[in-house]
Amino acid sequence: MNKNSWILYIGILVFGLVAPFIFPAFKVQLSILCVLIVLATTWNIQGGEMGYNTFGNILFYGLGMYLCASVQVGMFFPLAEWTESGGEKTFVHTPSQFFQGMAAGLLVAAVVPTIVAGLIGYAILGLRGHYFAICTLGLGVAAGEISGGIEIIGAGQGFTTPPFPNIGGLEARGEFFYFLSFGALVLTFIAVRAIYTTRFRLILNAIRDNEDKAEAMGIETMKYKITGWMISAFFCGLAGGIMGGLVGYIDSTDVAFDGREMGVFMVLMAILGGKGTLWGPIIGATLFHFFKEGFWTFFLGWQYVALGVLIVVIVIYFPEGLMGWLREKYPERFGEVVDEADRKAQVELK
Amino acid sequence: MDFLVFQYPMITIQACLDGLLLGILFALIAYGMALQWGVMNIINIAQGDLVILGGYIAYFMYLYGIHPAWGVIVSPIIMYFVGIAIYKLVINKVVDRDLFISILATFGISILFMQLMNFAFGADVVLANSGYGTTMLFDNNVVLPNSKIFSAFISIVFAICLVVYMKRSKLGRAIRATAQNARAAKILGVDTEKVYAATFGINAALCGVAGALISITFTIHPYMGLPYTIRSFMIVIVAGLGNLPGVAMSGMGLGIFEEFADYILGTEFRIGSVFLLLVLILVYRRFKLSRKREYLK
Repeated sequence: MNKNSWILYIGILVFGLVAPFIFPAFKVQLSILCVLIVLATTWNIQGGEMGYNTFGNILFYGLGMYLCASVQVGMFFPLAEWTESGGEKTFVHTPSQFFQGMAAGLLVAAVVPTIVAGLIGYAILGLRGHYFAICTLGLGVAAGEISGGIEIIGAGQGFTTPPFPNIGGLEARGEFFYFLSFGALVLTFIAVRAIYTTRFRLILNAIRDNEDKAEAMGIETMKYKITGWMISAFFCGLAGGIMGGLVGYIDSTDVAFDGREMGVFMVLMAILGGKGTLWGPIIGATLFHFFKEGFWTFFLGWQYVALGVLIVVIVIYFPEGLMGWLREKYPERFGEVVDEADRKAQVELK
Repeated sequence: MDFLVFQYPMITIQACLDGLLLGILFALIAYGMALQWGVMNIINIAQGDLVILGGYIAYFMYLYGIHPAWGVIVSPIIMYFVGIAIYKLVINKVVDRDLFISILATFGISILFMQLMNFAFGADVVLANSGYGTTMLFDNNVVLPNSKIFSAFISIVFAICLVVYMKRSKLGRAIRATAQNARAAKILGVDTEKVYAATFGINAALCGVAGALISITFTIHPYMGLPYTIRSFMIVIVAGLGNLPGVAMSGMGLGIFEEFADYILGTEFRIGSVFLLLVLILVYRRFKLSRKREYLK
């Protein structure tokens, strides 16, 4: 790491820490942006580095959301009565209960999806290509449909997460969730960056480029695939838990296991920024969030139409994403050595 | 949980017959998917939305006083052109690319269609009443709506027509040749671009037929498309590409499974169980193949 990148990291960190005070009106938006970046970055471990394009990370996100809220409620009150009465009307969390519950809930929300990912991963990571994609799509939708039929977590009518205790009002709530999600983002970034400097990333890339060959070279691909998937699940679960508290209301198909929105968003963000890079998903998520908020504000009602068009356009015209485009344009910046004569020859061929 | 289904044989017979008639419809949609998958190597996530769109065409005929059964003729004609339009606009740019790109692109189309249908037709669950009445069997213990029998019959007729067309006609031969080896077909003078467009159009037309039949027999709703995609995908991977009797059999099997899941687990888990079955089938096949150190390709 050279001096410039240190300045960049510290700059971003400082900006992240002061952002809610500079833009107090956008605290919720900034928190959502942090969650989106976490999701895009972790999707990139599968889709970008490993070449396993999944629609199923939404499973861990939704699972984390439900688990966090359930633990937060279940630690102090009977869960069934909570969901039946619509939550906050009968029971009130004291501030210490709320924060203890949130901490325990986030822990569970991160750990349990990791274990689930290990088990499911063993079963389905042997599938390849489009079979894997469709299988994970099926998993995500199945989870949504099934959780929509379970009474204790609110079934079809939804689950109200514990409201933020009455200290400091809306400002404090926004700041709490912002710093929580920013913390998750920093944690994710550090973890992913650390992973990307190790041999692990090279192995994942080998799996992406040619899995049979990687296996023939003596790499236990299954082990690494499961590990990668579990790392994703850990952060997805965490992000889900935070998002559940932020939104304040969990519905099985519209909020938690929302394959049509969040499940596709994470794929899109990673592709938009450029998959297989560290910064691609982050840039992609930021751009996407701006686009999306614009759409949602100016084309209210037409946002899904715009989203559908956006997906098609991104996928057809920018499958390599922004980083891929930059890489093609300025290969030297990415550490690729380009022979000047070679480049000229290519131009002439065209 | 309701185990009545095992105690009363009549309910079992009812579920089996319902499932069988439903499964024939699924098989028709799956046939379209197998066709385009085999020829163009594309998995169309928007398949189910094409079905629903076809259903709305029949429903609108019903609203304007035409008998919805005519939708079986009109809907495929309109859907054929819709299919060609989708091909020209999007699909021809993703045909030769990575499969995931096509999945994602068609996913985008699916979201687009869902929402456009939601705007155009409203978010209500609708059905086109055919007024065909019902057939009672076994001392009135088993009730079969005639519309279901009609839809199964029409599906079979269309499937047979298509098989004959694929075997006999010039375009059918070109399509089969392209499926076997697109490059060789191109060298031998087949206009593969045209073949692809026609394949996608035929697939959309099949979806249109199925949709019209579904709007008569069951209900349609803008967001109900994805389960039909998943069902047809499942049927195709169980049967294998180009195995037509297999598609019919696994379609009927899926129909029966669904009816039983509906009775035993309850209606709220019906769609969930379909998606879970897909995962289970894939996992089963993955473990079976991994013993021979192979994988699904």
